[in-house]
Amino acid sequence: MNLTLKIWRQKSANVKGKMVDYKVADISEHMSFLEMMDVLNEQLVNGGEEPVSFDHDCREGICGSCSMFINGEAHGPVKNTTTCQLHMRSFNDGDTIYIEPFRAKAFPVIKDLVVDRSSFDRIQHAGGFISVNTSGNTQDANATAIPKHDADLSMDAAACIGCGACVATCKNSSAMLFTGAKISQYALLPQGKVEAKDRAQNMVAQMDEEGFGNCTNTGACEVECPKGISLSNIARMNRELLSGSILG
Amino acid sequence: MSTLDGKVPAGAIKDKWTTYKDKVDLVNPANKRKIDVIIVGTGLAGGSAAATLAEQGYNVKAFCYQDSPRRAHSIAAQGGINAAKNYQGDGDSTYRLFYDTVKGGDYRSREANVHRLAEVSGNIIDQCVAQGVPFARDYGGMLDNRSFGGVLVSRTFYAKGQTGQQLLLGAYSAMNRQIARGKITMYNRHEMLDVVIVDGKARGIITRDLVTGEIERHSAHAVVLGTGGYGNVFFLSTNAMGSNATAAWKAHKRGAYFANPCYTQIHPTCIPRSGDYQSKLTLMSESLRNDGRIWVPARTEDVDAIRKGSLKPLDISEENRDYYLERRYPAFGNLVPRDVASRAAKERCDAGFGVNATGEAVYLDFASAIQRYGKEQALLKGESNPSDARIKELGKDIVKAKYGNLFDMYKQIADQNPYETPMMIYPAVHYTMGGIWVDYNLMTTIPGCYAIGEANFSDHGANRLGASALMQGLADGYFVLPYTIGAYLSNDIRTGPISTDSPEFEAAEKEVTKNMNFFVNNKGTHSVDYYHKKLGSIMWEKCGMSRNEKGLKEAIEEIAELREDFWKNVSVPGDANELNQELEKAGRVADFLELGELFAKDALNRNESCGGHFREESIEQDGPQKGEALRDDVNFKYVSAWEYTGKPSEAVLHKEELEFNDIELKTRSYK
Repeated sequence: MNLTLKIWRQKSANVKGKMVDYKVADISEHMSFLEMMDVLNEQLVNGGEEPVSFDHDCREGICGSCSMFINGEAHGPVKNTTTCQLHMRSFNDGDTIYIEPFRAKAFPVIKDLVVDRSSFDRIQHAGGFISVNTSGNTQDANATAIPKHDADLSMDAAACIGCGACVATCKNSSAMLFTGAKISQYALLPQGKVEAKDRAQNMVAQMDEEGFGNCTNTGACEVECPKGISLSNIARMNRELLSGSILG
Repeated sequence: MSTLDGKVPAGAIKDKWTTYKDKVDLVNPANKRKIDVIIVGTGLAGGSAAATLAEQGYNVKAFCYQDSPRRAHSIAAQGGINAAKNYQGDGDSTYRLFYDTVKGGDYRSREANVHRLAEVSGNIIDQCVAQGVPFARDYGGMLDNRSFGGVLVSRTFYAKGQTGQQLLLGAYSAMNRQIARGKITMYNRHEMLDVVIVDGKARGIITRDLVTGEIERHSAHAVVLGTGGYGNVFFLSTNAMGSNATAAWKAHKRGAYFANPCYTQIHPTCIPRSGDYQSKLTLMSESLRNDGRIWVPARTEDVDAIRKGSLKPLDISEENRDYYLERRYPAFGNLVPRDVASRAAKERCDAGFGVNATGEAVYLDFASAIQRYGKEQALLKGESNPSDARIKELGKDIVKAKYGNLFDMYKQIADQNPYETPMMIYPAVHYTMGGIWVDYNLMTTIPGCYAIGEANFSDHGANRLGASALMQGLADGYFVLPYTIGAYLSNDIRTGPISTDSPEFEAAEKEVTKNMNFFVNNKGTHSVDYYHKKLGSIMWEKCGMSRNEKGLKEAIEEIAELREDFWKNVSVPGDANELNQELEKAGRVADFLELGELFAKDALNRNESCGGHFREESIEQDGPQKGEALRDDVNFKYVSAWEYTGKPSEAVLHKEELEFNDIELKTRSYK
């Protein structure tokens, strides 16, 4: 298929960016979206132009590197799918595709489609861990039985890949789904309960400091999340936060 | 040619590590604060090492090329992690894990290292559970296990099909705790481009800030490389796009011997390639072979009809299917080790039985498992006369719970529903058992430079068993290196901070800057990918699943020619002082173009078939093993460790003789 691409080009963080038009031809429906971008970039390099910068690594939908707002949707049109797992069979010959970076105050653009998501790391530094030393003398892994239901829910929350689609898609640029997922993963397990209240307070405080917005319950984050992280994690985060501030 | 000393402690194998730990020199807590350690790479090995060393009190500087340590490629490991816990009561033990790993590696690993790995395996699970890693559990709340290839017990712990992700996030969380305490300084989007040797010791690295392009000097008392494997020398592999050998190769050029580069794992169950634009290949976890049965049509007319699209796999009756693994290896069946399964797939496809348009695919079929689980569930639910549809429905639910995310991934990529029709799979490059040579302390031949995880060579011999990479990465980082590095650093308590103003740092930085400037100013005619793809095709054709003398000799020449062309005609747009992804790739491909040549040289030298290294000249000629790989213990029971001398094809061979005192050397049989 032949496509027109309208892509955000921005030389660096401090330079103004703009949408630029490109044409690509003979795109196979079996290509992934990023392989289509590879074709464009090969074309640009061979023509002596600078290729489009974009974050990507595993191309298996698990590392969370890839981003891109495609036709107004984080990771494009297919549900529960990262950009790297999106395939061109979701598009038609002659389509015009708009490709922009994930935009948020807390995700400044570095270049073209590459944004700085280190604010996510800093939220994790504030409490995204259980304080246990690596001694080799922790208790036996089976010493505490954990109900399968809790373990499964914890796993569902832990499946977050930290891509930032939730932030990019939220009209408030809120990071509550991301933060709530981490807080939930630990709060659901007995080993995470000891620090649960402090964790919630510290992580939420850092989230606010980074300039992420608040949650107004539109649920767009859950819809666009490539890993199907549930909105109930935000509720659990708020419960941890509230019970922490009331009960101390 | 000299022989190498692995520095394996004396004593009985089961006591070596305990005695070592009891006697090793320690650094007191106050002195640890005066010592800096650089860790390159933040996957399971590097991440766990960074967290543990920082927790102990060392000042850690950690580096990764990704935008966050959480994205290292360990994250993509799917199936699980082995540990000799024997929670299933099926006869597992430390010895059995040790034995399986040495045998699975085709007797080309170092016994003492493998035994240590098996000893600490249980601790890893304890540690990860304490960190909040949500492993799969049964209804009693206990940890669940599954089986992997090459073993007869269930010792693999898992978190859905995302075990690597969960273990890495566990190590990342432990790192975060230390970053918050200021004990780890984290350098994201930084790439190591050289190691700096001062007075014969590794004392720092040169990096490039991938955002600003700035070339930086970083010093430390020791340098640890946890930078993964070199599978991307093949261009197409299951590695991440950015996975590269540059850090390891730079260390090699500075004096670290490179061991067994030809030992590559070609994983049997990957999604076949679909066209020339393909940028990478995707693995379908080995855990699927617990329930999936591998087959091709038994009759060529069915193959033709399948390829034309006039016949569907479901239309082929049982008697016209060839479940070739079950046929050839009745004892292990679909759970033979990876090298055996890959070669068997290639054998069938080469014989003309491949089932997609390229002729390079076999079926992985879940219909039997869906039936089996469905009947079991019906019984459990007290449904006495379930219909076929009901059995299928119940069976699918179980398969979905076990492998749902893998099936979804397959559907997204291949556009077919694996619940209804068999998956198509084909072998692909996945893991490299070879790597930087290390002694028992995990130290390379450069004093003060360590290599851990996939970056070193020691534990998997010529073939790695499934779910053992995660085990080794975390064992090295959490439980081995933190002891062994202390022995070295205990001599550095009076050294004081290492200056970056020395002539050695100056010279190394200059060299790196020169290289970067060369690339952006070369204005050649071909893209970096052009060369990478050409290299990949030479490697796959001549150094892939099957190798022979003629092909390997050709590969050495062709790679050298390609490298010469690269340095004349490569084109890298943009500047060196900005985010420039083409420039990043250029540096990595330049190193792959050297590594590939050494790879072929090593494969040529090793005129035996062992594990993932299959030489067509070395095959069993008769007896029950006829046609299987023939190992040559008389002539090749050693580790090949190569010393760089200026040109990969002229590297000097050093041997480490392998001793097997606790396991009898046998022909590996899975029949």
